Amino acid sequence: MAIEIEQQPSAVGLSKVAASETHGEDSPYFAGWKAYDEDPYDEHSNPSGVVQMGLAENQVSFDLLEDYLEKNSEASSWGSKEEVSSFRENALFQDYHGLQSFRKAMASFMEKIRGGRAKFDPERVVLTAGATAANELLTFILADPGDALLVPTPYYPGFDRDLRWRTGVKIVPIHCDSSNDFQITPKALEAAYNAAEAKNIKVRGVLITNPSNPLGATIQRAVLEEILDFVTRKNIHLVSDEIYSGSVFSSSEFISIAEVLAAQNYKKAERVHIVYSLSKDLGLPGFRVGTIYSYNDKVVTTARRMSSFTLISSQTQHLLAAMLSDKKFTENYIKTNRERLRKRYEMIIEGLRSAGIECLKGNAGLFCWMNLSPLLEKATREGELALWNSILHEVKLNISPGSSCHCSEPGWFRVCFANMSEQTLEVALKRIHNFMEQQRELKEMMIT
Amino acid sequence: MQKRLHYLQDKLVMAIEIEQPSAHVGLSKVAVSDTHGEDSPYFAGWKAYDENPYDELSNPSGVIQMGLAENQVSFDLLEEYLEKHAEASSWGKGVSGFRENALFQDYHGLQSFRKAMASFMEQIRGGRAKFDSERVVLTAGATAANELLTFILADPGDALLVPTPYYPGFDRDLRWRTGVKIVPIHCHSSNNFQITPQALEAAYNDAEAMNIKVRGVLITNPSNPLGATIQRSTLEEILDFVTRKNIHLVSDEIYSGSVFSSSEFISVAEVLEARQYKDSERVHIVYSLSKDLGLPGFRVGTIYSYNDKVVTTARRMSSFTLISSQTQHLLASMLSDKKFTENYIKTNRERLRKRYEMIIEGLRSSGIECLKGNAGLFCWMNLSPLLQNQTREGELALWNPMLHEVKLNISPGSSCHCSEPGWFRVCFANMSEQTLQVALKRIQNFMEQIRERDGNLVISSQ
Repeated sequence: MAIEIEQQPSAVGLSKVAASETHGEDSPYFAGWKAYDEDPYDEHSNPSGVVQMGLAENQVSFDLLEDYLEKNSEASSWGSKEEVSSFRENALFQDYHGLQSFRKAMASFMEKIRGGRAKFDPERVVLTAGATAANELLTFILADPGDALLVPTPYYPGFDRDLRWRTGVKIVPIHCDSSNDFQITPKALEAAYNAAEAKNIKVRGVLITNPSNPLGATIQRAVLEEILDFVTRKNIHLVSDEIYSGSVFSSSEFISIAEVLAAQNYKKAERVHIVYSLSKDLGLPGFRVGTIYSYNDKVVTTARRMSSFTLISSQTQHLLAAMLSDKKFTENYIKTNRERLRKRYEMIIEGLRSAGIECLKGNAGLFCWMNLSPLLEKATREGELALWNSILHEVKLNISPGSSCHCSEPGWFRVCFANMSEQTLEVALKRIHNFMEQQRELKEMMIT
Repeated sequence: MQKRLHYLQDKLVMAIEIEQPSAHVGLSKVAVSDTHGEDSPYFAGWKAYDENPYDELSNPSGVIQMGLAENQVSFDLLEEYLEKHAEASSWGKGVSGFRENALFQDYHGLQSFRKAMASFMEQIRGGRAKFDSERVVLTAGATAANELLTFILADPGDALLVPTPYYPGFDRDLRWRTGVKIVPIHCHSSNNFQITPQALEAAYNDAEAMNIKVRGVLITNPSNPLGATIQRSTLEEILDFVTRKNIHLVSDEIYSGSVFSSSEFISVAEVLEARQYKDSERVHIVYSLSKDLGLPGFRVGTIYSYNDKVVTTARRMSSFTLISSQTQHLLASMLSDKKFTENYIKTNRERLRKRYEMIIEGLRSSGIECLKGNAGLFCWMNLSPLLQNQTREGELALWNPMLHEVKLNISPGSSCHCSEPGWFRVCFANMSEQTLQVALKRIQNFMEQIRERDGNLVISSQ
């Protein structure tokens, strides 16, 4: 700090929340970020640096957004001086209901993504500064400190912080494994519920991510129906984080929980809440645009009030209301983005396959779920971390080890493919190719 | 003009009607509590305004909103800036500008913006305090900043001491999700509602008597709703008090740029600097652009802490409430423009002072006195001589006709937990001068009616 302040050892105390480690940043996985930050790959200036494959960002469709902005400058401004009231009105607007035009545009965009197979009511759209805020906010509303949410493994590492840190709520895992492609089963749901009960922990809900992070795959309709039956039987909530819904490679393959509910005439709906965001599908994580869509009136009202702590900038709502109301733009964007992600996915799967690596069959998202278990010296978390270390420091790729996602089977890794250029992806695939050749040679040497 | 529906009890008419069975799936205790504050009787004020809002041309007999602390006097300066600097609200030609900004979600915040905020805070204080941009943590508004600090400084069940009268929003911001309590530091008109060492000790002892652990003191300087700055000697006493008790001090300085005279505001930052920052690791400042710059919709708040661990933790926690990178980009540009900021601060100050003088004069000529104020977007009006009963009920009985007959939505002191009934907060910066004149005329008529009705009622000048 430029202003050095002496920090007394008998310091004035902070809260338990402040002192806890639930923020998750002391985890060993941060070594990956560190290695990248200290030696970042650059095509020209640092071609031997670390390639970042641990960041689920969507950079494949920016040109479409830039094109829109170029043609529609009024979205990023407030018009000429004659239109004085527009800036003033926007700058003053802090109503937690959010700009109506923006809520309508979001509801409409969510419908488009689902091919019109589900309807969304703008009055049920609650806005938050990102899905990170949405998931935490819902947890505050659905569970008390000490209660639990059941979350299928492997899951997004950020949930450990988002669902637990300030809320005091616990996560009890629903164990999934490769024997059935990591699908959630009724058995696993019951087992998780019982595991919580055995520890005297009250379960308040199930939180799924569909399409899944890190699996990169959508959840099947039959599974969604089973989960819905389960939460209804137990009289608990269901949160469906559909943040990757616009990143499904084929438009017909994503079934949203909204569709399942509609098919059942919304009979069980008041326990269901959907989280969405523009951070992945539109590649706008900096703009902090998240939403909670709830079928429960009381949750909508309460979430709206609570969103006061995490409102979206009215300037950004104004920009995105314009953009997402443009049906021509959104239709083209969704279609093109989907197509480009599919191509990237095929490129990385092919590249890995020719290196002798198999991945889980995926159909969505910005990453693939890679199986390196054959390479493990020991089929343990330590074995996985040892392999991860080599990949990070020798192959110079920052990929995410499955243990950081609480995967019960060691050897799986999440590899992002949409946050870089095609050339960079080729470089990464080449490095993996070479690494696998070396591994084969080493094995042969050891056998002979 | 879009109606602001703050008051609604949310009897939602959903386009997709979902049956909500009576054997509900349960919600959390936080969700069912009413600490959100919206069931309070004061929402009747918002309701009356929303149902019948004043408009100079289309509804000249409507309710005038004097309960909203917004700053609308200096928008032209912002609009002028935006007109001359289109690049601030766009990303210019060239690919990397937009892409980089749209991807930027680092909770450290845009460095250029943090620097601009630190510099702006220095300018507001006339250069009498320095701010290190590395200690600036960004949040989506001061609402988020105050809650976030409470999560960091106190455990559920603990308390923060807050001087009365205070901003009603604190009841929600400091308590709702955190489970932390507010114990009031009672202040009185006998010494212009200043915070005294006795009052501090009394509040601390009140908490102790209830077995509640006090973790800090939270002051607002300049004060809302008093519209007055805290004196240096009082700040020193508060600092000594929190040091003796080994607790924290949060200074919400959200109105620091709205002080009418540049020399009258002493920030706790200046007091700390004068002490070479001894014992400063217990002090945290909250700021925002919602009041000084009139940009509440943009959600720009900041925590400035002298405690390294608080800075680190607050920064991590700000993930739940980041400022849009688009907005950071716009404001980094605007607040880095020294010519703009110097002119803005000076002009805004001047215009607020003029408004304040206008309302004080108008009220005085109606026979109403206010607390001597020197900052903020409101004045603290004393109507206690008019009360039939010197009680909260008496105050509400006066508030009702003000709202429904005089048609002015002003904020009763009881909504701010004021221990003396009869005081009201009256906002003056969220309307045009003409509208303010209309409001003052209505007050004048109201007071005349009361004098005629009560004949021998003497409104004493204090």
